[in-house]
Amino acid sequence: MPITQLIPRYARLLRVQVGMSAVAAMQYRVDFLVRGLIAFLWSAVTLVPILVVFSVRDALAGWSFAEALIVVAWFSLLRSVLEGAVSPSLTAVVEHVRKGTLDFVLLKPADAQFLVSTAKFEPWRVVDAVGALVVFVYAFAKLGRWPALPHVLLALVFLALAVVILYSIWILVVSAAFWVVKVDNLSYLFGSLFDVGRWPISVFKGALRAAFTFVFPVALMTTYPALALLGRMDARTAVLALVGGVVFAAVARRVWKRALGMYTSASS
Amino acid sequence: MTGAAADLARAAKAFPTLLTIGFAEVVAYRAEFLVWILTTNMPLVMLALWHAVAEDGAVGRFDQPKFTAYYLAILVVRLVTSNWMAWQMSMEVRDGTLSAKLLRPIHPLYAFAADHLSALPMRLLYVSPIVVVLLVTSWGQIAGHDARVALVLGPALIGAWLLMFFSMVLLGTVAFYVDSAMGAFELWLAVHAIVSGYLIPLELLPPWARTVTDVLPFRYMLAFPAETLVGLVAPAAALRQLVIQWVYVVATAAAAIAAWRAGVRRFAAFGG
Repeated sequence: MPITQLIPRYARLLRVQVGMSAVAAMQYRVDFLVRGLIAFLWSAVTLVPILVVFSVRDALAGWSFAEALIVVAWFSLLRSVLEGAVSPSLTAVVEHVRKGTLDFVLLKPADAQFLVSTAKFEPWRVVDAVGALVVFVYAFAKLGRWPALPHVLLALVFLALAVVILYSIWILVVSAAFWVVKVDNLSYLFGSLFDVGRWPISVFKGALRAAFTFVFPVALMTTYPALALLGRMDARTAVLALVGGVVFAAVARRVWKRALGMYTSASS
Repeated sequence: MTGAAADLARAAKAFPTLLTIGFAEVVAYRAEFLVWILTTNMPLVMLALWHAVAEDGAVGRFDQPKFTAYYLAILVVRLVTSNWMAWQMSMEVRDGTLSAKLLRPIHPLYAFAADHLSALPMRLLYVSPIVVVLLVTSWGQIAGHDARVALVLGPALIGAWLLMFFSMVLLGTVAFYVDSAMGAFELWLAVHAIVSGYLIPLELLPPWARTVTDVLPFRYMLAFPAETLVGLVAPAAALRQLVIQWVYVVATAAAAIAAWRAGVRRFAAFGG
């Protein structure tokens, strides 16, 4: 199929999938509200350590309070993407592999990775994203200046990159399900490591910093976009980070293809 | 009363077997268990963070070595006392596997307790490297304090374990009413992270927040034993807090058992 038909087709599919999730979520209105409230509380909890740290110090590893808040805002934003759009679907894949019901997905006439990745959304996570926007506005008001347009654009590029990396790591984790079947605790491990992203990477030293930049690149997801938005990102780092992210995504896609080849449905 | 006594005697007789089975299960899933342990990495991240903060001088009573001792102690206490009761009860109520446990001639709470106690040796094994690091880096702060505080430590750890266990049972009973206790559990985790000393030493919170955390039960699950371990609590205060902790243990246990009884009556095993 030529790409001109492919894109509208998948856009339509995406709209259907999102619509289905929204309908499912609205069926349980009380649950929806409670979960929204919990998401809000978690955002608040995210802020407490940073408030405490900056109540005793004016700057932390070269970051002022307002600048560190921007990292926190990116973190909240990405967490809402992760928990609202990425992890529910991919958790469902693990279930499919365990039960052998992935067959039904594979039989459908669309890309399996696309279908499983868009199977489920959790709309109440929008609360986190709104919280993130509030923190952005507050932080820049405190800085007393607003980001310039090129910086905003670069930050948006980095946001896209961050989502791609986030998604790629998740695909890698899920691919592990084809070999070891039980990976639900790997997803918890992933979540706990992702939490590191609420701090500017320069807080960490040596091996920790290297690990969180290159191996499990949370730095790329929160600190770098924040640097971009603040206009502190140099061109060379930006290009290197972008190339790294794209390579990461390509590798993840290959691993997924390999993993899919390993799949033996439960009955066969 | 004889019924309860007979119940207890039966449970005591079955307990060694239950522990053996539980231990065998943990050994069988050791890799998975290790991953669970590794998810508790937040104290180490916070330690790295506070090290950066304390680079140019102490924060209150905390200098860099104190932060190291504190967070390692938090990690050890947390790993030794944590349990997954709320999660397990939520699952078992929802998919009906609890009915099998209810049919057995031993109270499910004993069985659950045995399950968690039998994981303890494996936990201790995984925790031992952290303990070694703690002892090597912070020996002065652990050994250097009053003998009376050392006496408090044992009961404080047991109290923390019991308090965690019964709080989780209490949370788990929510599942009897709303089918899934996960929402309540997540909410509890969010509060717990802040007011138990898990993320931040409670001393570093503003004074008004400290009076709140002193009253709430969360401190006695984690911060109290950990602070006692690294010598942050004076002997008199340690004794007083031990009393508060055990009052909470008894109250939470009573509440959890009452909630359990009321809940089981409502329990409708789906598809069980």
